[in-house]
Amino acid sequence: MSFPLLTVTALVPAVGAVATAAMPAARRSAAKWLALSVSLVTLGLAAAVLVRFDPGGARYQLTESRPWIAEFGVRYELGVDGIGAVLVALTALLVPFILLAGWHDADEEAGGDKPGRRWRPTQGFFALILAVEAMVVISFLATDVFLFYIFFEAMLIPMYFLIGGFGDRAHEHGEEEASRQRSYAAVKFLLYNLAGGLIMLAAVIGLYAVTADQLGEGTFSLQAITEARASGELEMATNTERLLFLGFFFAFAVKAPLFPLHTWLPNAMGEATAPVAVLITAVVDKVGTFAMLRYCLGLFPEASEWATPVVLVLALISIIYGALVAVGQRDMKRLIAYASISHFGFIILGVFAMTSQGHSGATLYMVNHGISTAALMLVAGFLITRRGSRLIADYGGVQKVAPVLAGAFLVGGLATLSLPGLAPFISEFLVLVGTFSRYPVVGVIAAATIVLAALYVLVLYQRTMTGPVKEGVKGMPDLRVRELAVVTPLIALLIFLGVFPKPLTDIVNPAVEHTLSDVEKHDPAPDVEAAK
Amino acid sequence: MESLIGLLVGAPLLGAAVLLCGGRRLDRTGHWLGTLLAAASFVVGLLLFADMLGKDTEQRAMHQHLFSWIPVADFQADVGFQLDQLSMTFVLLISGVGTLIHVYSIGYMEHDERRRRFFGYLNLFLAAMLLLVLADNYLLLYVGWEGVGLASYLLIGFWQHKPSAATAAKKAFLVNRVGDVGLSIAIMLMFTTFGTFAFEPVLESTGETSEGKLTAIGLMLLLAACGKSAQVPLQSWLGDAMEGPTPVSALIHAATMVTAGVYLITRSGEIFNAAPDAQLVVVTVGAVTLLFGAIVGCAKDDIKKALAGSTMSQIGYMMLAAGLGPIGYAFAIMHLVTHGFFKAGLFLGAGSVMHGMNDEVDMRKYGGLRKHMPVTFVTFGLGYLAIIGFPGLSGFFSKDQIIEAAFAKGGTQGWILGTCALLGAAITAYYMTRVMLLTFFGEKRWDPAETHPHESPRTMTIPMIVLAFGSVFAGGYFKLNENFVHWLEPVTEFEHGHPPMSAATVTAATVVALLIGVTGAWFQYGRRPVPVVAPRGSLLTRAARRDLLQDDLNHVVLVKGGEHLTRGLVYLDHKLVDGVVNGTAASFGGLSGRVRRVQNGFVRSYAVSMFGGAAVLVAATLLMRAV
Repeated sequence: MSFPLLTVTALVPAVGAVATAAMPAARRSAAKWLALSVSLVTLGLAAAVLVRFDPGGARYQLTESRPWIAEFGVRYELGVDGIGAVLVALTALLVPFILLAGWHDADEEAGGDKPGRRWRPTQGFFALILAVEAMVVISFLATDVFLFYIFFEAMLIPMYFLIGGFGDRAHEHGEEEASRQRSYAAVKFLLYNLAGGLIMLAAVIGLYAVTADQLGEGTFSLQAITEARASGELEMATNTERLLFLGFFFAFAVKAPLFPLHTWLPNAMGEATAPVAVLITAVVDKVGTFAMLRYCLGLFPEASEWATPVVLVLALISIIYGALVAVGQRDMKRLIAYASISHFGFIILGVFAMTSQGHSGATLYMVNHGISTAALMLVAGFLITRRGSRLIADYGGVQKVAPVLAGAFLVGGLATLSLPGLAPFISEFLVLVGTFSRYPVVGVIAAATIVLAALYVLVLYQRTMTGPVKEGVKGMPDLRVRELAVVTPLIALLIFLGVFPKPLTDIVNPAVEHTLSDVEKHDPAPDVEAAK
Repeated sequence: MESLIGLLVGAPLLGAAVLLCGGRRLDRTGHWLGTLLAAASFVVGLLLFADMLGKDTEQRAMHQHLFSWIPVADFQADVGFQLDQLSMTFVLLISGVGTLIHVYSIGYMEHDERRRRFFGYLNLFLAAMLLLVLADNYLLLYVGWEGVGLASYLLIGFWQHKPSAATAAKKAFLVNRVGDVGLSIAIMLMFTTFGTFAFEPVLESTGETSEGKLTAIGLMLLLAACGKSAQVPLQSWLGDAMEGPTPVSALIHAATMVTAGVYLITRSGEIFNAAPDAQLVVVTVGAVTLLFGAIVGCAKDDIKKALAGSTMSQIGYMMLAAGLGPIGYAFAIMHLVTHGFFKAGLFLGAGSVMHGMNDEVDMRKYGGLRKHMPVTFVTFGLGYLAIIGFPGLSGFFSKDQIIEAAFAKGGTQGWILGTCALLGAAITAYYMTRVMLLTFFGEKRWDPAETHPHESPRTMTIPMIVLAFGSVFAGGYFKLNENFVHWLEPVTEFEHGHPPMSAATVTAATVVALLIGVTGAWFQYGRRPVPVVAPRGSLLTRAARRDLLQDDLNHVVLVKGGEHLTRGLVYLDHKLVDGVVNGTAASFGGLSGRVRRVQNGFVRSYAVSMFGGAAVLVAATLLMRAV
């Protein structure tokens, strides 16, 4: 039996989480370094997955399969396709930066270095992040629907504690209000996602019933179901398929999040510390859009097509609405959260456009949005830590006192508005082109929103960074070494992937072809060729 | 030789990277490095030019394919360069004028502590602008297109501690983004129509699709051009862009970047040639803008804003010419080049005046400066003569040809366009004479105790002298044996236009228009003393001072309206969407009640119950396995 690389990739952060949590209270610093090392090892493993993955090879590679709950046909099945591979890489890439950026975020809860305390929040904070990483990774790798479902749901628990337990202390109405808001945000996050998850559970069970009924033996195996569909062995009744689709889609649309199910995100991202906010939007939420691409389209192709008009409209609303509401925000973290809602609209648009460019674009969008939001949000976090306020109006003239910080913030902002030359432009343009080639009107409306993205980014930059130096901003130190170590690689990556995204597209394109063949769609031919 | 093309972009790009990331160490040498790399780009340009001249006219285009950029199924974007006569013209203009302005900035920005960064941005601009004109496909052009927009944003807002500068920078970027939407849609249309967006295959197969598609593509390209080139209705940003340091106004907002729209339309000539409706819109935009800019230019007291109005108007001429098709492309580009010389020279002159006048920009507080700044006076004066089209100077040849071509469009359209162009020439002569008289002639209207006007240092005057040479001789050389037209013909094609009257008549009319304008200005500003405080003025003057109220309209409709919309949506998101979703959930499972209860301090109990639930689930699963 070959080396179970995928299992190990998910297991390392899981074990690391336990080990970090088990560190004695006094060994705070050691716990941090341990967590960081574990995340770096995971990154190495994710890189190994990318290297071992052969884009020209089978659809799912490095597969592992083992019976788990035989009574229900649940198997421990892992496998990676091009889309999963780059998303695992994104997750493994971002976590070290998240840890590094949040290096001191849990120090205060620990109450300094007082010996003899039994509560170990620092250990907890770092362990929880690693736990989330492990669960996200396995969600990307699972090829068994039930296995996916378990971790899709389970990651809510560590996320809940990360939001509720380690929130952002900078609040305009004082610490007590901050703590109330934090609890509210954490519970809202949990309830929304739990509600989505419960509905999905019903659909998961329904799917089992359907396969048990038609194939004689129930299965959750993604490959088995897709193959059975393709060979005609499995034929879902139209209504059944639609109901199951809706069950899955609802859960993913909460997680993604799609208008009108988005309102938990601004609360969660606003109240969580900046690194945790990045973990939510750049990593955890990606499971939602990833799952739409893999499970909604893969398992229920006809229902996906049936739902497309409504989904496209909701995605468009998300794009426009998220951007407009972002413009009106007073709190910079909430602003970034609404910007993310707008960006998730683009991803979902790309998924449901069902063209090569739409799907490759959506996948790259997940990666690029992760990196660009991490850059913008983490720098915002550094800024907030310095001033102790999230309100945009409390800043002004930062550029004068901390030019490097301002420069990094600007690059993060320019990436967020998809400036050509930076990575997000490529994914956004691919999504637009992919949408336009099938639905020209939708594509044109979505294209027009690039003005709104520029508006919220530049307004944010102008109000915080330019103008006369505000009172609380004076004497603000520029980026420190640790902070530079977070920002510089992210920016370098944004530029590199903007200039040379081919390594990613090479991996993603073949996977996209498989997905398109699941839904039996072909790219529309250009007019000139169609005429011939 | 092809392999050198990349260096054109690479040299300034390297400069930008080094200067922007290099830190304080480079503060003392950074400006020299920036200038050197700009000059390197120019030298490479000259080498390639010499090589090009050695080849047959039809064999001159060079290509350099670098790498595959975004390959997704049929969507194949490459990074590749194309250097033909049209691109070559721009390369020499951009890197040549660019180098001069780098030199000028050494003196102009001497006392600015962030000079290194300024040169970094200038280098970034050069790299992006060269990429724009060298790209061999529309998507790569788009990168340069937004790159120059970014550089422009950074440079307009260079003095960002001034809120007005920061606001102007943001406005420029946003208005340009509206244009970018057009470019995006045009590229998407090309992809769905032709399956590609590289210049050659698209432009060669325009015959294979419908006129409707081509018109749509053309109009979208025009939208993009309007944004970048400050043409009506997207012109409002250019006046505010004068908040940037003057060398920036000269290089970006006069000589090069703002002419990118003309490049785009000329480059896409085959599309427009096959879409007469789109062409009609192009000439209309050009004609309207050339008058709009000229009228605004008459009313401004701020020397740079008067020149900005003039830039808008002159680009209007180029647009008009480009919209005329093969009878106009060559003249559009020819005017673009001569304008690059004289307008850059005029701006540098304005900067030199400001440099000597404590950064005063109000021309009503100038007066009689010719004695104090002789070099500036002479070079500015030559630029002035060139722009008003004084016979024999650069502007005369290039503008005259455009007016002639406008008449040659034929029919009523020809007459309307030709008349607009003539009228524009008269107004140009008027406002430029006004600038000249207010600044260099008349009595001094400044306080000699506070202001000590003086000539600028050598680094500033030399570029002005070089540009003045261009302003005087370039047009004549281009016209000689129709040099310029023959040079561009293989790329843009050329047809002789036949105006309904003789060429001499048109020229005579142009000269008469010029004389009317100059005399008018002399009567108003030369014969009488100029009040230091601007008189109230007629309704038109007051409107023109406010950019013909277009900004006020923007403010009411877009800014105010937008603010209300976003505020309303923020409120609705909080009250309505959140409320409805929570409420719907509540009717199923009492969600909102729980949220409220949790807020009252039941968090932990909820967490426990949640864990309890999870435990039950796990237990149930295990139990099922056991049985």
